[in-house]
Amino acid sequence: MELNERILHYLNNVDTVDTLKLASEFNEDHQKIVGAVKSIEALDMVKSDAVKNTKWELTEEGQLVAEKGSHEAILYRCIPENGIAQADLMKTVPNAKVGFSKAMSSGWICIDKSGGAPLVKRKVEIIQDTVQDHLNEIKKGIDNLQDNVRNDYKKRKLLQEITVKSFVLSKGPQFATTIKKLETDLTSEMLLTGSWKQLQFKPYNFDALGQPPECGHLHPLLKVRSEFREIFLEMGFSEMPTNMYVESSFWNFDALFQPQQHPARDAHDTFFVSSPATTTDFPMDYLERVKKVHSEGGYGSQGYRYDWKIEEAQKNLLRTHTTAVSARMLYKLAQQKVFTPQKYFSIDKVFRNETLDATHLAEFHQVEGVVAGRGLGLADLISVLDTFFKRLGFDKLQFKPAYNPYTEPSMEIFAYHTGLGKWIEIGNSGVFRPEMLLPMGLPEDVNVIAWGLSLERPTMIKYGLNNIRDLVGPKVDLQMVQANPICRLDK
Amino acid sequence: MPTISVKRDSLFTALGTTYTDEEFEQLCFEFGLELDEVTTEKQMLIKEQGDHVAADVSEDILYRIDIPANRYDLLCLEGLVNGILVFQGKKAPPEYKFKKYEDCYSLHLTPATASIRPYAVAAILRGIKFTKESYNSFIDLQDKLHQNICRKRTLVAIGTHDLDTIQGPFVYDALPPSEIKFKALNQQKEMTAPELMELYSGHAQLKQYLGIIRDSPVYPIIKDKNGVVLSMPPIINGDHSKITLDTKNVFIECTATDLTKAIVVLDTIVCMFSEYCANKYEVQQCKVFASDGTYQLYPKLDYREELISIDKANNYIGISEDGDSLATLLSRMCLRTSLQGSSLRVRVPPTRHDVIHACDLYEDIAIAYGYNRIERRAASLGTSGRQQPANKLTEQLRLECAHAGYTEALTFTLCSREDIATKLGVKIEDTPAVHISNPKTLEFQVVRTVLLPGLLKTLAANKKMPLPLKLFEISDVVLKDESSETGARNERRLCALYCGRAAGFQFVHGLLDRLMALLRQPWSKEEGYYLRQKDDPAYFPGRCAEVVLRGEVIGKIGVIHPRVLTAFDLSNPCSAVEINIEPFV
Repeated sequence: MELNERILHYLNNVDTVDTLKLASEFNEDHQKIVGAVKSIEALDMVKSDAVKNTKWELTEEGQLVAEKGSHEAILYRCIPENGIAQADLMKTVPNAKVGFSKAMSSGWICIDKSGGAPLVKRKVEIIQDTVQDHLNEIKKGIDNLQDNVRNDYKKRKLLQEITVKSFVLSKGPQFATTIKKLETDLTSEMLLTGSWKQLQFKPYNFDALGQPPECGHLHPLLKVRSEFREIFLEMGFSEMPTNMYVESSFWNFDALFQPQQHPARDAHDTFFVSSPATTTDFPMDYLERVKKVHSEGGYGSQGYRYDWKIEEAQKNLLRTHTTAVSARMLYKLAQQKVFTPQKYFSIDKVFRNETLDATHLAEFHQVEGVVAGRGLGLADLISVLDTFFKRLGFDKLQFKPAYNPYTEPSMEIFAYHTGLGKWIEIGNSGVFRPEMLLPMGLPEDVNVIAWGLSLERPTMIKYGLNNIRDLVGPKVDLQMVQANPICRLDK
Repeated sequence: MPTISVKRDSLFTALGTTYTDEEFEQLCFEFGLELDEVTTEKQMLIKEQGDHVAADVSEDILYRIDIPANRYDLLCLEGLVNGILVFQGKKAPPEYKFKKYEDCYSLHLTPATASIRPYAVAAILRGIKFTKESYNSFIDLQDKLHQNICRKRTLVAIGTHDLDTIQGPFVYDALPPSEIKFKALNQQKEMTAPELMELYSGHAQLKQYLGIIRDSPVYPIIKDKNGVVLSMPPIINGDHSKITLDTKNVFIECTATDLTKAIVVLDTIVCMFSEYCANKYEVQQCKVFASDGTYQLYPKLDYREELISIDKANNYIGISEDGDSLATLLSRMCLRTSLQGSSLRVRVPPTRHDVIHACDLYEDIAIAYGYNRIERRAASLGTSGRQQPANKLTEQLRLECAHAGYTEALTFTLCSREDIATKLGVKIEDTPAVHISNPKTLEFQVVRTVLLPGLLKTLAANKKMPLPLKLFEISDVVLKDESSETGARNERRLCALYCGRAAGFQFVHGLLDRLMALLRQPWSKEEGYYLRQKDDPAYFPGRCAEVVLRGEVIGKIGVIHPRVLTAFDLSNPCSAVEINIEPFV
């Protein structure tokens, strides 16, 4: 019979039993008994209450005494018929000092000084070694000693007191004398045979985690990109074709009325392309109008009054903003026979030859929204920004006057971040300058409002990242990618 | 955006009001400035040089304020105070006027200047009284102008002189460097131009300007009638005419490659500092003679008039104010305005060269009105949204790759030549790569022509992840293409990579089959796609194939070559597929 079943049988006849008692009854190691109890307790067949017992146990010296007799008995037995010189006795017998004094006080031996040197002689014929007897009883687990005797043995370092943890067992709600085997999982075979009806199933540990599913993962930043696209589409914006990283200076700067000496056109800020170095394919009549508005003005503008050079406009570069694409779209729109209002958006990479730091990379995603319509103004821009940023989870906006070469008025957008408890700059916006729109051929009463922001910045704020390299690039931790939650911008 | 430092206490004294940092920050916000930092000169020095800063450095509180790049009139304390006081309605905009002089000073340009720095303008401020602070502000303003509108002295260079130490008429000439010899500012002895250029090549500030003239056969030089050198623009002034705290009359010359900017710079300086003149806001003009003998009077100090429609202005912003109210708003931006029927006649002063169109005035109205007081007006444009087909397909394929158990990577478009060439076993000359002419580091030499290196780098940075690892990216590469407008075009690619204890070609192959099935492409040589064995140095010999779609090669698939793995610091085998997805759009 298994140990656990033996315990159940034993408990069948008694109300309670201590595991220590079981250990001695079954002559098994106590730890083994405890292990068996745990297995049947998990099945609610028994209940256990932990108790602490103190118990007397032989010391190492005590073990020796139990085996070979007490020191005094050993000494007694070493004394020959005619006695022995005390000095010799003390030299030959182990533990003679203790043995001698105990034997003397028990009246087993005496000293005869009549012949000069002291001679030790037996005083009684027979001795009873009660110390040995007592210790052997303790060893067997019988403890009928009187307290003073026990304390004496403790003093003699023959006994020591130890604490033993054990359990008092009683019957549990599922008590029975036989154990049923528990099933770990429901199998198709059980369903087939119907055996599940009789079988008992192992209880689940609902505190443990499940097995993670094997799956692929989308990149956190691109999940945010998808959300932004969805917001624009829901707001009725059409996506611009931005698949053109290499752009001419003309569309990236000149078309936006950004003067040729503007610092942004410096090699310090812009990646110029050495191969293919230039673009020569431009709509030439439009280019002439752009040249004129820069160098002489027109359309109500004073212009920048400088010597505009086509060579500067021809230089190829990696676009520094997606507004280059917006310019192309607006030019295309201006070529339509009849103007129709438009809402455009784009989210794509742009490139800056910037000094890199924790929040700046040489390439990042720009988000841009553009609305072209008759009679639009700042109030419309503020309104559309409100709608847009509300969907990103920013309910409170503030606008600060700013300067941008191709928008006037220009507004920096600040949003109140409830988590951070402060206003943060989240984008730029404005009304495109007439010097940009009119040379394209757009009707005079058509205004174009636009705003832009980076995709990375709101994403970093949302996920509490401090280093952009933790979000973009080959060094990104895939563990982070896998753990990233679904993107809900307004939550 | 330029940042200026002003002493807080001097600023508040000049403004006649004391603010808390928060109050001043709010004022800046409304006016379109930004209080960037509250610091002290000592703290700034400690930040730059560490703790060993002299004990006598000032600990006065400094405000560092960001100024919009086109507002040159706010680049010094004097202009900033003027702008704010007018904005608050506490002061009327100043009126700048000329001092009439029968025998005004003249500056004569020689023909030689045309080849190096063809324009010059000049002005005089009379009876000026400098204090230590206003003197420093005068120097700082020149520095700010040099750094910003003057484009580090390439477009305009400013020289200021003690008029009482020199005698007009002045000559602006261009001479061979060897013929130039003078005592430069704060130097002990006379030096020739080449000696000066050599001397300043180690100078922290001046060395950046040397390149503007270094290789020219002639250097610009301005002298007085006695041959005293005033300056060698755009590098250094002469020591003889240097201005001091005791200077009473200041001669200002600007040499330029852009005349418009020179006029703006000169107007800005004289407007800002004429308030210290004996006759406040009064400036003395100079005659500047071109080499053909014609002359112009400078500074211009033009007041220009702009007529704007009240309705248009209101609508552009989205407010409905009457003409008087708009005129008041404009005057708070230093723009004196009068009503003329349904229009406003706006007088644009010489401090506001940034105003070049009516829309600049609309912005000033909006700022004075308060951006945050403008009522929302929902534009009722009924438009329907539309996605770019290539982006829509990209979104769909991204999801499918993730469904198939692949994890998305987002890697850089810019990379080194090595990444797309030598590491993949090909020569850079044989790739259709777009090259960047001014990369600051090796990371930005070229635009990638292939997605694979990015995924291999991602793998290398994630060695602690359990294998197998499955990665993908759908993004653009750029290829040189003479038939496209700029000579290069983007191509949308899909790349997937498997890395495990074995190369696992079957896994990426399976993914390709799955994607083709989703795109309704059958396994067929004629009507669908198939693989055609083809060696490629980036892939293991015999274990690489072209992906062919209806006769056109759209990509590659194979086991990555061990040499490539080593080049990317990888030690486990990989397989990859990379295809152009544009044929499916």
